[in-house]
Amino acid sequence: MKLEAKNLQCTRGDRELFSDLSFSLEKSQLMMLEGQNGSGKTTLLRALCGLYEPDEGEILWQGKSIKKLDEAYRRELFYLGHLNAIKPDLTVLENLRFNTLLAGDSVTDEALMQALGTIGLFAFEDFPASQLSQGQKRRVSLARLLVSKANLWILDEPFVALDIAAVELLQSIIAKHVEEGGMVILTTHQEVPLTRGKIKRLSLSGGSIKEQVGVNA
Amino acid sequence: MLSAFWLVLKRDLLLALRRRSEIFTVLFFFLVVISLFPLGVGTEDKTLKQIAPGVVWIAALLASTLALERLFSSDYVDGTLEQLALAPQSMSVMVLAKMVAHWLLTGLPLVLISPLVGLFYHLPSHSIGVMMMVLLIGTPILSMIGAIGAALTLGLRGGGVLVSLLVLPFYLPVMVYGSGAIATSMQQGLSLQPYFMVLGAFALLAIVFSPLATAAALRISLE
Amino acid sequence: MKINWFKYAATINFYALAGRVIPFFWVAAVILITIGLYWGFFKTPDSLDNGMKEYYRIIFVHLGSVWMAMWLYIMMVFWALVGLVFNTKLSYMMASATSITGALLTVVALATGAIWGKTSWGTWWDWDPKLTTFLILLFIYIGYIALQSAIDDTRRSDKASAVLALVGLALVPVIYSAVNCPDPTQCSSLHQESSMKNIEPNIMKGIIFTTLGFWMYSFATILMRVRNIILQRERNTNWVSKLKEVN
Repeated sequence: MKLEAKNLQCTRGDRELFSDLSFSLEKSQLMMLEGQNGSGKTTLLRALCGLYEPDEGEILWQGKSIKKLDEAYRRELFYLGHLNAIKPDLTVLENLRFNTLLAGDSVTDEALMQALGTIGLFAFEDFPASQLSQGQKRRVSLARLLVSKANLWILDEPFVALDIAAVELLQSIIAKHVEEGGMVILTTHQEVPLTRGKIKRLSLSGGSIKEQVGVNA
Repeated sequence: MLSAFWLVLKRDLLLALRRRSEIFTVLFFFLVVISLFPLGVGTEDKTLKQIAPGVVWIAALLASTLALERLFSSDYVDGTLEQLALAPQSMSVMVLAKMVAHWLLTGLPLVLISPLVGLFYHLPSHSIGVMMMVLLIGTPILSMIGAIGAALTLGLRGGGVLVSLLVLPFYLPVMVYGSGAIATSMQQGLSLQPYFMVLGAFALLAIVFSPLATAAALRISLE
Repeated sequence: MKINWFKYAATINFYALAGRVIPFFWVAAVILITIGLYWGFFKTPDSLDNGMKEYYRIIFVHLGSVWMAMWLYIMMVFWALVGLVFNTKLSYMMASATSITGALLTVVALATGAIWGKTSWGTWWDWDPKLTTFLILLFIYIGYIALQSAIDDTRRSDKASAVLALVGLALVPVIYSAVNCPDPTQCSSLHQESSMKNIEPNIMKGIIFTTLGFWMYSFATILMRVRNIILQRERNTNWVSKLKEVN
């Protein structure tokens, strides 16, 4: 498994966010994307998902362009952006069930309930999502991580709106995924301690790109 | 592929079921437009029969564009559309499911209530049947053409008016043949088959091309 | 700051080249239209065999604008398609610049058509299939321009309006056939008789010259508009700030 970005360039309006950006990520690696507001973190993540087409450069998965792989690449991918994709008119379980089925993971209701329990929403399954708090909604969308079969997780500010307990839980979920051979790319100011695997840091601030590799935390 | 279709269709219908008022607003809009015309144009029997085919279609076009704004906007706002675009499924298939759900919720009710229009406008019963038939073929085409416009104007300020401006000219052929069929049905001894063939051909073309164009437009709007 | 000259090469060259050729298009447009109108007014018969009198002369403006309105739409779709396929910014700018000239000439076609209608049929507006189709064409042009101006992000506005232009191209023939024969039973027997045959040679000359003149006019205005769009979109780049005309 390998994700490669080659000479990416992205612009927003007439402002260049970054150019000549290259990096690669392999199994059991976690990439932390750093940079100030407006430095293009979200745009880069969306480009890596195939939602945004970079002006220049290409993104390769296993050596093949993600544009060509299309559905095959999306099967390997889990993306969580700023929006939770939670429908207020559906119950917690209905929301979770729809989103997991949509991602191609056929999971039983028992497994989903178990995931909800783990994420701290035990007995909430028949609750209408409109009555959840921001943090609880975030938890519902993060519960998908527990049942997802995707190898590559791309998470945009996953720790936002979570309380301390949930932050710790998410840290451990991410660490477990990386330690089991998965790949994670995320933007956050929160550290994710790993016992195995590798942490890469990519900074987009001020147009400069630093790639720093840290082993173990 | 089929499972994604059913998944999206079922969810959209479930959502609408939980918010039933939205179905009725479009339906009542249609009825209000239908009832205003005779008061503006005149209530003579001959006038009513003459304007009925056009009025039904204009009301259907307006009701259809009014409903379009909701087709993708709530999914866009809460991030579901993003997840649809990232799902390992064909986006066109899911878009088609959304169109079908949209038609079942906003188009089909118009077809079912249209006999009332026949009563308001003194139409012969034979023409009422024809009207229901052409609406049944024609309103899905409106939903499918309109979906392209809805996808292009996603999330724009004043998108509702803009989408009407974009799609209403494209509705013209459906309206011409749809109202033509109703008008012809009121004359003796004329065959309606050509009208149904033309409308049927439009429907087939729309089913093939509209989901592709809409999916492409959605990806552009999501960037 | 590093400047990627190659990236802007296409637009820089185009900007300079367009600046050089625009005057020629203007001169050609003025000369051709003058010749065409002169010929149309003074070298053609006062009345035609089929009873048409002086008012037929509006045809010199009408036909030219009708053809241009259609050709420019096709040209706009062509550039939009090139943009979608090759992702070249310049072609989107061309499409966008073409739309305004196209819409303008559609208005001219409609206005001259209305004048023709007043003099020959006695009404300003007749729901004649061609006029109606042009009215719809104008709506499609307006929709294209409206969509483009409603989207702030240039990338999205370029691509979205390109898709709209393509959909329009697919639907315009359908719309034309719908207004031309609303009754499908009579369509097969109806043939649009070509009005181009048996035209008096002098009239033909006038038509050809004005139409060519309209082509030149369209090129000139489109290129001027593209230059403006380039300046607007690349106003923050180094090469634009070095231009004489912006300082």
